[in-house]
Amino acid sequence: MTSYRLANRGRVDHRKPVRFTFDGKRYQGLAGDTLASALLANGVHLMGRSFKYHRPRGVVSAGSDEPNALMGTSRGLGRFEPNTRATIQELRDGLEATSQNRWPSLAFDVGSINDRMGSLFSAGFYYKTFMWPRAFWDRVYEPVIRNAAGLGISPTEPDADRYASRFAHTDVLVIGAGPAGLAAALAASRSGASVMLVDETAEPGGSLLSEPSVTIEGKLAWDWLSATLAELAALPNVTIMTRTTAIGYYHQNLVGLAQRLTDHLATPPADAPRERMWKVRAGQVVLAQGALEKPLAFDGNDRPGVMLAGAAQTYLHRYGVKVGDRPAIVTTHDSAWFAAFDLAEAGAKPAVIVDIRASVDPVLTVRARSVGIEVLLGHSVTGTSGRLRVKSLRVSRLEKGGAGTARKIACDSVLMCGGWTPSLHLFSHTKGSLTWDIELKAFLPGKKTEAVHIAGAGRGLWGIAAVLDDGANAGTEAARAAGRNVTAQSYAVTVDRTGSGVTVKELPTDRDPAAAKAFIDFQNDVTAKDIRLAVREGMRSIEHVKRYTTNGMATDQGKMSNINGLMIAADALGKQPPQVGLTTFRPPYTPTTFGTFAGYHQDATFEATRKTPIDPWAQAHGAAFEPVALWRRAWYFPKAGEDMHAAVARECRAARSSVGIFDASTLGKIEVVGPDAVTFMERMYTNPWAKLGVGRCRYGLLLGEDGFIRDDGVIGRLAQDRFHVTTTTGGAARVLNMMEDYLQTEWPDLKVWLTSTTEQWAVIALQGPNARKLIEPFVEGLDISEAAFPHMSAATCTVAGFRARLFRVSFTGELGFEINVPARHGRALWEKLWQAGQSYGITPYGTETMHVLRAEKGYIIVGQDTDGTLTPDDAGLNWAIGKAKPDFVGKRSLSRPDMVARGRKQLVGLLTDDPKVVLQEGAQIVADPNEPKPMTMLGHVTSSYWSEALGRSIAMAVVADGRARDGETLHIPMPDRTITARVVKSTVFYDPEGTRLSA
Amino acid sequence: MLLIRCPYCEQDLPELEFAYAGEAHIARPQDPSQLTDEEWRDFLFIRSNPRGVHFERWRHVNGCARFFNAARETVSDRFLCTYKAGEARRDISALTGGAE
Repeated sequence: MTSYRLANRGRVDHRKPVRFTFDGKRYQGLAGDTLASALLANGVHLMGRSFKYHRPRGVVSAGSDEPNALMGTSRGLGRFEPNTRATIQELRDGLEATSQNRWPSLAFDVGSINDRMGSLFSAGFYYKTFMWPRAFWDRVYEPVIRNAAGLGISPTEPDADRYASRFAHTDVLVIGAGPAGLAAALAASRSGASVMLVDETAEPGGSLLSEPSVTIEGKLAWDWLSATLAELAALPNVTIMTRTTAIGYYHQNLVGLAQRLTDHLATPPADAPRERMWKVRAGQVVLAQGALEKPLAFDGNDRPGVMLAGAAQTYLHRYGVKVGDRPAIVTTHDSAWFAAFDLAEAGAKPAVIVDIRASVDPVLTVRARSVGIEVLLGHSVTGTSGRLRVKSLRVSRLEKGGAGTARKIACDSVLMCGGWTPSLHLFSHTKGSLTWDIELKAFLPGKKTEAVHIAGAGRGLWGIAAVLDDGANAGTEAARAAGRNVTAQSYAVTVDRTGSGVTVKELPTDRDPAAAKAFIDFQNDVTAKDIRLAVREGMRSIEHVKRYTTNGMATDQGKMSNINGLMIAADALGKQPPQVGLTTFRPPYTPTTFGTFAGYHQDATFEATRKTPIDPWAQAHGAAFEPVALWRRAWYFPKAGEDMHAAVARECRAARSSVGIFDASTLGKIEVVGPDAVTFMERMYTNPWAKLGVGRCRYGLLLGEDGFIRDDGVIGRLAQDRFHVTTTTGGAARVLNMMEDYLQTEWPDLKVWLTSTTEQWAVIALQGPNARKLIEPFVEGLDISEAAFPHMSAATCTVAGFRARLFRVSFTGELGFEINVPARHGRALWEKLWQAGQSYGITPYGTETMHVLRAEKGYIIVGQDTDGTLTPDDAGLNWAIGKAKPDFVGKRSLSRPDMVARGRKQLVGLLTDDPKVVLQEGAQIVADPNEPKPMTMLGHVTSSYWSEALGRSIAMAVVADGRARDGETLHIPMPDRTITARVVKSTVFYDPEGTRLSA
Repeated sequence: MLLIRCPYCEQDLPELEFAYAGEAHIARPQDPSQLTDEEWRDFLFIRSNPRGVHFERWRHVNGCARFFNAARETVSDRFLCTYKAGEARRDISALTGGAE
């Protein structure tokens, strides 16, 4: 037991010691402590260094608004977190915490030299300093800034924890389980409405936890709290969640809740997620978030030991910790007086209460003096002393035009209170308006945009009685709005601590205000002087003041600094605060881990992986895989000792010389059926379909209405009214969406039905001169001879006993078949063909070989050789346009002036002068490699491979006026050399006559 | 995440089930070949992009898969109504109580 821990006080468990370390030093706290309260119990106030000046800092608050006590916490590899707020992190056995932003140690930090040179680092320092010379930016300024930027150390290992997410629906969501929230939840739940009550701390109760002396309905606060929680817990329609922060309030009462599940546990269950994101759709929301205490701005208000008075009260009552033996109180609000009384009662000897107000309720002064506390009304604090811990306070009487002669008062802590700011962050997320209350000098909720009720201190009410009644009213209103019936309850409260206060800008001083370090934003080291400087240098909008000074941009997002900054900016501008306005509050309310947002979308479940029925076979046969859209596709099948190049070359040779087998199941497939199917196809695709016979296939080209190529694929007509449409692997959903769009909204009169059948068919491609010989014995009910079933035929038949759609098609330039069987038979058919193919040396090939073979034939891949700006003419596909058709999607655009202008990029072939050189896909092409940069870029390489069949490299490229450049030599500048290549008008490199298709 | 009423399913459902599909009530011309380049350009690219009530198309893509129309207030990001494809554009003043 340290001298700062008070026996029998607080809600901590005095029988359960908890061991932890801070900067390697061992400490002991109690179960129920936060890291901050445990350190304070050990007399440790110095918990961090500020961002810019590296000033020593102590804990200021007892909640999520903490700007200073940010630490690194760790529980092993992949479980390090920077910027953990010591005020929120619950103590757990074995917790390792380290201070941040200091070197070599927290007590002695070399970076604090910045503090001595503070005059160099005023507001706008970055904007003014790192201006010139231009050349210094990359090599000097940026590295220096990056090195100095950021608090804490970003972990480099992957996060070892798991995260979860849930949706929930409730009639009433109550945010904040202080007195207002509890009363609201009670009222709403008694109506029978479903209620969720959430609180960001470990325990419900809010301010009641820091005010045990108040009595409610004849019970002491904590007894009333237990009884209330017991009543709520017994109700089946109530869910209470602690350690759960409402981080964002979105449209139509959708609220995001971040729930911390394991950070407080010494040994979390192995399978437990660390955090869970809730997306709650609430019928009614009650915001009972209370108010945030404001610090006071005076010189030296940031020394360790200076903290909010309300925080000291929380440490005392909730954690049984006395923040100091000789605290000095500086306030503009009655609430801090009670902190002084409570500390005196707990055995501390408060040195003084300094109140800026000339007079306060005499009850306060009488009581203060009765317990031996000096009272200085109408006084200002004009300085503090003490390096790593505050030692004294400098106090001056307020006189006309400023502060009078100063006096020094010894102390070991300073408890400040500049009044309270209603916490309206979530309300502001809804774009609810805020109204400036002249009397309270605070923004209060104005016009609402959601079904929301604000209760308690969040709308400027003060005192437990007022807040309870207001909460009960809000809960009642919410229940009624949710269609329930309930009567509001009024609470009998005694020993309530009502009170009031005033709001000030920085405290008056007798010294040079320009020399004062009166901090507004503690973490970002923004002083009152910086804000005045920003205004002097022309910043008029509060948004500009914020960005110029970085006020409110720290991890507490202005919870402490916003109103103080506004008061000073308004004063400097000579305007009223509401005219200057507040900066925008944005989610999340408090810093939230990326893991919580990611939820289950991590590693293997980051996104869905689609696998074909043949995928297990490919895996068993050692395939290398590549992702294509969401699909996992076999890329190549390396044999022992083969690299990718060797494997692909072997696969290419096999397909060209005997037979290759390829899993084409990922191909998008859409069944277009109905009496108007042919009309629909005529309108959608560029090609003519009316005269395509049943049992025949045609290459189909799909444009957008803008005339650019969207998709392509071979389409078979299986009946007068039935088309088997194939699309690119990645385009299937997009094409179906586009077809549905036209069918539903432009041509609803057409009798056509569209069905995605991509996953219903397994597709096996057999390609190569022996393809027919291989499958002929398996085919029943169909003559597949060259004469009966020529290239571009389609038919239904039976293959190896499986009902099949057989296509005589080729994406390789070889004699080829694509066999579609119901997906469940895909693997079995593959195995049969594999067995039978052994005598032909059947070779499985992957997507890389498929790409090489198709490029040798000049077949394009939409999305690789086209990029959404290529017309059919650009791609050399004019032959695919039904010239006689009056209309099809995109036709009109093809005659727009820009689409027929000269200089368009056209798809051509490129042959490097050195046949061994394979160009890089994406490489830029120029006419004159000696042109000064930036060079005129003519286009880029779209496809480039080593062609095993040709024994040289081949490439396709889009080049301005490409076809007119047939034979021209162009240049491809690379980092280490410039490659020369010859343009060939035709992209068909292999078997240009197409004789192999009908071998 | 918005709640959107599908006029076919007649239910308020989360935005996740829907996909936006551009401005509504821009019909594809009966005979595009009759349009001048300027008219065709306007049809293709020119959109109203109002600050206020916007008539737009949505698709209940992860549901009934139907396209439908909606009037949405772009300042508040609130849906004023949704209605089936092919139905007439709703009267703005009736939707906003004449505030527009």
